[in-house]
Amino acid sequence: MAATDELTSIPALLARNARLYAGRPAWREKEFGIWQSWTWDEGAAEIRGIALGFLALGLNPGDHVAIIGRNRPALYWSMIAAQMCGAVPVPLYQDAVAEEMAYVLENCGARFVICGDQEQVDKVIEVQDRLHLVEQIVYVDKRGMRKYDHSRMNALADVEAEGKAGHFRFEAELEARIAALTYDSTCVMLYTSGTTGKPKGVVLSNRNIIETARNTSGFDKLRPGDDVLAYLPMAWVGDFIFSVGQAMWTGFCVNCPESAATMMTDLREVGPTYFFAPPRVFEGQLTQVMIRMEDAGRLKKAMFDRCMKIARRVGPAILDGKPVGLGDRLAYWIGDKLVYGPLKNTLGFSRIRVGYTAGEAIGPEIFDFYRSLGINLKQLYGQTEATVFITQQPDGEVRSDTVGVPSPGVEVRIAENGEVFYRSPGTFVEYYKNPESTASTKDAEGWVATGDAGFFEEKSGHLRIIDRAKDVGKMADGRLFAPKYVENKLKFFPNILEAVVFGNGRDRCTAFINIDLTAVGNWAERNNIAYSSYQELAGHPRVYETIARHVAEVNASVAEDAVLSGCQIHRFCILHKELDADDGEMTRTRKVRRNVIETKYADLIAGLYDGAASVATETEVTYEDGRKGAIRANVRMMDAATVTPNRTPDRRAAA
Amino acid sequence: MSAEGYTTADGRKIGGVLMEMKNITLRFGGVKAITDISFDIREGEIRAIIGPNGAGKSSMLNVISGFYVPQEGEVWFRGQKRAPMRPYEVARQGIARTFQNIALFEGMTVLDNIMTGRLTLMESGLAAQSLWWGKAQREEVAHREKVEKIIDFLEIQPIRKTPVGRLPYGLKKRVELARALAAEPKLLLLDEPMAGMNVEEKEDMCRFILDVNDEFGTTIALIEHDMGVVMDLSDRVVVMDYGKKIGDGPPDEVRSNPDVIRAYLGVEHA
Repeated sequence: MAATDELTSIPALLARNARLYAGRPAWREKEFGIWQSWTWDEGAAEIRGIALGFLALGLNPGDHVAIIGRNRPALYWSMIAAQMCGAVPVPLYQDAVAEEMAYVLENCGARFVICGDQEQVDKVIEVQDRLHLVEQIVYVDKRGMRKYDHSRMNALADVEAEGKAGHFRFEAELEARIAALTYDSTCVMLYTSGTTGKPKGVVLSNRNIIETARNTSGFDKLRPGDDVLAYLPMAWVGDFIFSVGQAMWTGFCVNCPESAATMMTDLREVGPTYFFAPPRVFEGQLTQVMIRMEDAGRLKKAMFDRCMKIARRVGPAILDGKPVGLGDRLAYWIGDKLVYGPLKNTLGFSRIRVGYTAGEAIGPEIFDFYRSLGINLKQLYGQTEATVFITQQPDGEVRSDTVGVPSPGVEVRIAENGEVFYRSPGTFVEYYKNPESTASTKDAEGWVATGDAGFFEEKSGHLRIIDRAKDVGKMADGRLFAPKYVENKLKFFPNILEAVVFGNGRDRCTAFINIDLTAVGNWAERNNIAYSSYQELAGHPRVYETIARHVAEVNASVAEDAVLSGCQIHRFCILHKELDADDGEMTRTRKVRRNVIETKYADLIAGLYDGAASVATETEVTYEDGRKGAIRANVRMMDAATVTPNRTPDRRAAA
Repeated sequence: MSAEGYTTADGRKIGGVLMEMKNITLRFGGVKAITDISFDIREGEIRAIIGPNGAGKSSMLNVISGFYVPQEGEVWFRGQKRAPMRPYEVARQGIARTFQNIALFEGMTVLDNIMTGRLTLMESGLAAQSLWWGKAQREEVAHREKVEKIIDFLEIQPIRKTPVGRLPYGLKKRVELARALAAEPKLLLLDEPMAGMNVEEKEDMCRFILDVNDEFGTTIALIEHDMGVVMDLSDRVVVMDYGKKIGDGPPDEVRSNPDVIRAYLGVEHA
C-alpha cells in the first residue's frame, strides 16, 4: 500500500487525519463542567503552534522532552509537537515523588519539561537545583504560577502563541524536521515501572508503535467513530498505544476526564466504545454495585438477583454468538430492559464494543459478571518492551484463565523452563543507555524474554500465565512454589486488596494480607463494628475470622491442583498498613515488590514461622508530601486450615 | 505606612484604604461588646481579627458586614460613610461572607448553592427566570460559567452535583467559601474559616485563601482562633480583648506586644 508507506510517523498520521476526518472530534476534555472538544483540524493547528513554539524556545532534534501531568489534550499535543521537532517525548508518572522523578530526568537528560500544573512544576524545581539539566519548564495550568521566576519558564499557551506569531521564521525548519522523521526514528521513550531495581527507559520506534497500532486496530475492528477514555497514567505504554498510537492510526476520539476523582462520572457521561482498565477498576465497580444492592429495597434486590441468575447462565453464550434457546433469549431480553441495560448505563458501559483488562489476573466471578451483562470484556497479555501486545483474546473465545492467542504479527515460544519468549514488530529498540540490559533481555534474533512462566493450552491454543518466572521457586522439600498463583486466588475475595505469599526454600507457605477498606469498612458499618483507623479495623478479631475463612477456601482450591498443592497457606497475618508505592513496597502500577517487603517486614515473617502469637513492630511510612513517620502496631498471627491432598509424596519428584 | 499603601514582606503591593472603622462602640442593652475601636482594611490585604473567647470578634465582623449597626462611630467603605442598610444592600456593595456555623442550603446541590451566591448579580426578573427563556437563559449560562471557574479553582468538581447535606464538614466550609466568591466580592469576610478542621484541611484552606487573594485580588478580613494560621496568613492583625483593641500591626509586631501576650497567656498576680 503506497499510502501506508508514507505514514511512517505520528505527525504524518496527524496530517492524514486532519485531511480525512477534518471536522470529526479528535480530543475531548471535561473542563468547567462541560465537555470541550477539538476536531482533528483544530487539534492539528494547536499541535503545529506548540511545535513552532518549541522551536522558538530552542528545542533540538534528539532532545528528550519530559511530560508530567494527568491526561489532558494539551499534554498529548505536546508529545506530538515534540515529535514534529525531532525530539523524543518521555511521559513520566505524575504521582512520582521528586526523588523518583530526578532519576528519570537525569537518565534521559531532558532539557525541556512540560508540566500539567503547579504541583508538578514544584517537583521539577526541587530537583532542578541538583540536576542543572532542565533548561525550560512549560506548564499548562496557570493557576498559582504568577509568582514564579519566569526566566526559564513559560505557559504552554504563551509558547503556542509565540510559535504562531513567529511562524514565518520557523515554518521551514519545522517542515524539514517533520520530513526527516522515518520509520526508525524514536517515537517515544517510556520508563518501565521497575519491579526490580531502577526504572529503565524503553525506546520505541515509529515502526513499533505504528505497526502494532495497525495490527491490533484491525484485530478488534476499531473505527473512526470510536471513543476511548484516557485516564490511565500517560507514562504507561498502554495509554500511549490506546490514546496516541491506535487513536492516530484509526482516527478515533480521545476523551480526558476532568480530574482523577471524577473519572467514574466522566466514564458514564462519555460512554466509551473501546475501554481498557486494570482488573482493580472492574473489581472496584463490582464492589460498588454489590454494596449498593445490599442497601436496595427488597423488590429491587429480588429483581436484580433473579435477572443476574439468568445473565450468568446465558449471557456469555449470547455474547459469543453461541446457540441459545428461544425462551432463554426472551428472558435475557427482558432482563436487559429491566436490569442489565440500566446497570450498564450507570457503569458507563452502554456503548462498549471492545473492553480489555490486563496487568493482573482477574477473578473469574468478576470477569463473568461483566460478560454476562453483554459487555465484551477480554484479556490481553503484554509489556512495555512489546509495545503492549503479546497475546489477546479474539471475540468469541474469551475465558478468565487464559490471555488469548498471539496478537497479529507476534511469534511466541515457551522455553524449557517454562518462560515465555516473543518476537514481534512491536519489539522495542533498546533500553536507553543500557546495552547490558538490552542484550540480556533481547537476543540477536530478536526474541525477548518476558520473565513470565506460562504454557499453551493444547485444546484452545490459548496462552496461560502462572507467575513471574523468577518468583516461581521450590520449597524446602522440592515442591513447586508459585506465590502469585495463590495471591491472585486470595485477591479474588472483595475483602482482600493485596496478598503477599512467602515460602520459597521453606517447608510451608505463609501470607501477608491487606484488607480492602471499602468492602470491609462497609461490612463493619452494617454489623455495627466501630473502628477508628485502618489499623484498628485490620486487627479486629472478626475481620481475622472472615479472612481465615477466605484463606481456608483458597487452600482447598489450591489443594486440588496436585502440582501446586504445596502452596497452601499455613499461617497468615493482616498487615497494619496498606502496601504503598510511596513506601517503595509496590511499583507505581501496583505490583508488589517482594524483596522490599521481605526485608522491611522481616520481623513479621519471622513471627509467621516461629509460632509467635503476635509481633510488636514499628514501620516507617512516607506521606504524600514526602515527610516520613512511623506506625507502631501489635500484629496478630493466625493459623489457617489446610487440606491434605490425596496423592502427594510420589508427585514431588516430578514437580 | 503611607496613605497610598505599603509593600508586604513577600512583595505584594497593598493599596489604599478600602474600609475604615472610626471609633466604633456597640452595645447590647447595658453590655458593651465593642468599645471605641478604630482600624482600617486596605485594598488587597489579608487582615485578621484575633482575640480570646468573648473578645467581640464576631460582633466586629457583623459590624463590618452591616448586620449590626453600632451606637457610636462611623463605618467608611470605599470612601463613603455608610448609612444603616439591609443585608442585600451590603451584598450589592461587594461584601460577601462565610459563617462560623456553616449556613448552606443542605438539601441543594453544591452547584445550586454556589449559584445562589450570584443572585445579587442577576438582572432578569422572577417571571423571566421561571420561563427560562431569552435573556434569562443567556444570563444563567454566563453565571454558570463563572461558577464553574470557581468550582475548578477550589477543586470541588467531584462533588458538583452532591447535595450539601451529604458532605463532610471540611468540604462544606469550602463550598461556603465558593458561594461567597461567586458574588465576586471586593471584600470577603471569613468567620473562623479553619474552626474544627484537621491539619490537612487547614493547610488546604490556607492555600485557597492565599490563592483567592492572589488570583482575584480580593481583600480578605478574617477572624481566627488558631494563632499559627493567623500569623502565617495575614498581613496585618487587629487584636481584641474584652471589646477593646489592644494591638494592631504586622504579625511579628503584634506577637511581641506585651498586652497581647498578657491577654493570651495571662500574667502572674503579684
